[in-house]
Amino acid sequence: MSVVTEVSQDGKKLTISIEGRFDFGRHQEFRESYERLNSKPESIVVDLKKATYLDSSALGMLLLLRDHAGGDDSDIRVVNSSSDVKKILAISNFDKLFDIS
Amino acid sequence: MQSSSEPLTVLIAEDSAADRLLLSTIVRRQGHHVLTAADGAEAVDVYLEQRPHLVLMDAMMPVMDGFEAAQRIKQLAGDQLVPIIFLTSLTESEALARCLEAGGDDFLAKPYNQVILAAKIKAMDRLRRLQATVVEQRDQIARHHDYLLNEQRVAKAVFDKIAHSGCLSAPNIRYLQSPYALFNGDLLLAAFNPAGDMHVLLGDFTGHGLPAAVGAMPLAEVFYGMTAKGYGLAQILREMNAKLKRILPVDMFCCATLLCLSFQRCTVEIWNGGMPDGYLHDSLSGVRTPLPARHLPLGVLTPQLFDDRTEVHPMSLGDRVFLLSDGVIETSDRDDQPFGVERLQQVFSANREPDRLFEDIQQALRDFRGEARDDFSMVEVRLVAPTQLNPPPPVYSDSGQSSPLDWSVSFEFRAQTLKRFNPMPYLLQLLLEVHGLRAQSGALYSVMSELYSNALDHGVLGLDSSLKRDAAGFARYYSDRNTRLDELSDGYVRVHLHVSPNGEGGRLTIEVEDSGEGFDVARVLARPVDSDRLSGRGVSLVRQLSHQASWSDDGRRARVEFFWEALA
Repeated sequence: MSVVTEVSQDGKKLTISIEGRFDFGRHQEFRESYERLNSKPESIVVDLKKATYLDSSALGMLLLLRDHAGGDDSDIRVVNSSSDVKKILAISNFDKLFDIS
Repeated sequence: MQSSSEPLTVLIAEDSAADRLLLSTIVRRQGHHVLTAADGAEAVDVYLEQRPHLVLMDAMMPVMDGFEAAQRIKQLAGDQLVPIIFLTSLTESEALARCLEAGGDDFLAKPYNQVILAAKIKAMDRLRRLQATVVEQRDQIARHHDYLLNEQRVAKAVFDKIAHSGCLSAPNIRYLQSPYALFNGDLLLAAFNPAGDMHVLLGDFTGHGLPAAVGAMPLAEVFYGMTAKGYGLAQILREMNAKLKRILPVDMFCCATLLCLSFQRCTVEIWNGGMPDGYLHDSLSGVRTPLPARHLPLGVLTPQLFDDRTEVHPMSLGDRVFLLSDGVIETSDRDDQPFGVERLQQVFSANREPDRLFEDIQQALRDFRGEARDDFSMVEVRLVAPTQLNPPPPVYSDSGQSSPLDWSVSFEFRAQTLKRFNPMPYLLQLLLEVHGLRAQSGALYSVMSELYSNALDHGVLGLDSSLKRDAAGFARYYSDRNTRLDELSDGYVRVHLHVSPNGEGGRLTIEVEDSGEGFDVARVLARPVDSDRLSGRGVSLVRQLSHQASWSDDGRRARVEFFWEALA
């Protein structure tokens, strides 16, 4: 599995971890990771520790997730981005939409 | 699972009548339909006429032996699998191998074992069906592929037209797009506005293929339409963003750099949302100033949150602005390492001949990777003297018979409006209803824009134009301007237009008033008309392009006139 989902015990926090290339090939898995949940988590963490690459369709997927989680009211953190991944997120100015570390 | 006991038509080619009869009986008893042939030639004929599913072929036969018959039948069958089982009393392995080499799929040794024969027919039938399915699916895929290619070809032709209906062929533009860059979502647009300024957009839609190209159409429409009408970058950007946000799915957006190159003011105004750094290349010092992305791509933010703030940089003749798509820096080598910005900058520093920059970059990409990606775009726009360009005259569709010739109108634009609305395109559209003014629409637009921005910047906002003496001051000027505009709570700009007949032609008087402090008219007008200075360009431009330019009320009120002769 290259997209691993984990929900905290109280059900409030969803962690989605991506392994390998984060591109269009992950589309289905990524969407399912949050759409199949019964209850909506309060906060979401996207862990990119094991992500090696990220393309513009991945950015689109992050936007989908943000939209699903309530758009401007969503609480999404993108964590453990490598420097290459951070560069891509910075060029796109996605730090204006997501809390990126 | 599909029933495997479906009756087959089996051809038995056997020269011995007794064996033929024996085999026929066995096979028929297993539920199949039987055809027979007494030699190879006959077997080929029967195959041609009746197209049996499977062939039991004796190897040694008169007229034509089984080997040759097998070869012919296989040839005739083409993509279809017609299993051929050789019937043989041969035992040497070499002879058996020959059966398979001739196209046989299996062999059965004499004397026949009924159980094994039945099992072999079943196995061969499975193979036959598998092959049929594969062929059917292959043909289906090929058909779909053809449809798709054709659709892409048509769509590409349409998009190519859209992307090339502007002024990309202007002598100061150089661009390089891989043939299918557009189909990978890259878009390059260029057009002149009524003042002769050039707008250029390099965009990159998310994703690939047709979905990425569909957004190009509305974006191009907004770009060309609004540029032709004289809208500024901020308004065009707002409209593009709102339109894309409205029509595109959430996960689709368009990274874009939009710039306005003003040949009269010698400036470039630029907005970069999500594209790689562009570069402003100073031709004298060789310094390349990065033009980084300061904004989210188009189509992400709601109109309320969208940020249309642009940056303005001074330029000199011969300076260039270079833009590129991420296809260039994300081209990867065999180890998945991207080409990257640092390598690009190395190419910059090694570049000796500015006109060969594209070639140098391409060479570097080839050296790096061995093959070029098919989705990269580069464009370079040079600041040249306005006389080197020939913006096409605007096209008007009306006859002009109803041209209004005697009227006046006054507007007052107050603080809340000044903050985000540029009334110039509307006023220009209004004035261009007057046929006699159309021939000078460029000068008219430039003068009106200058008067308006002078009234707003120096009048209402109280910005000191001498700040623009050098590049650093230039940047400060525009950042101060943004701040003051944000904080603006009162003030106004008034525009009075007066059109009246004058002999056979007519006269237009434009007056622009502002609520500012005014300026020392005598001192400013005493300065020589100097085209190399960055500051005070507005006033000299106005004086060059219009008649009777004058300032009154301590510089708070500007007045210019335009004349036209009788229309032919």
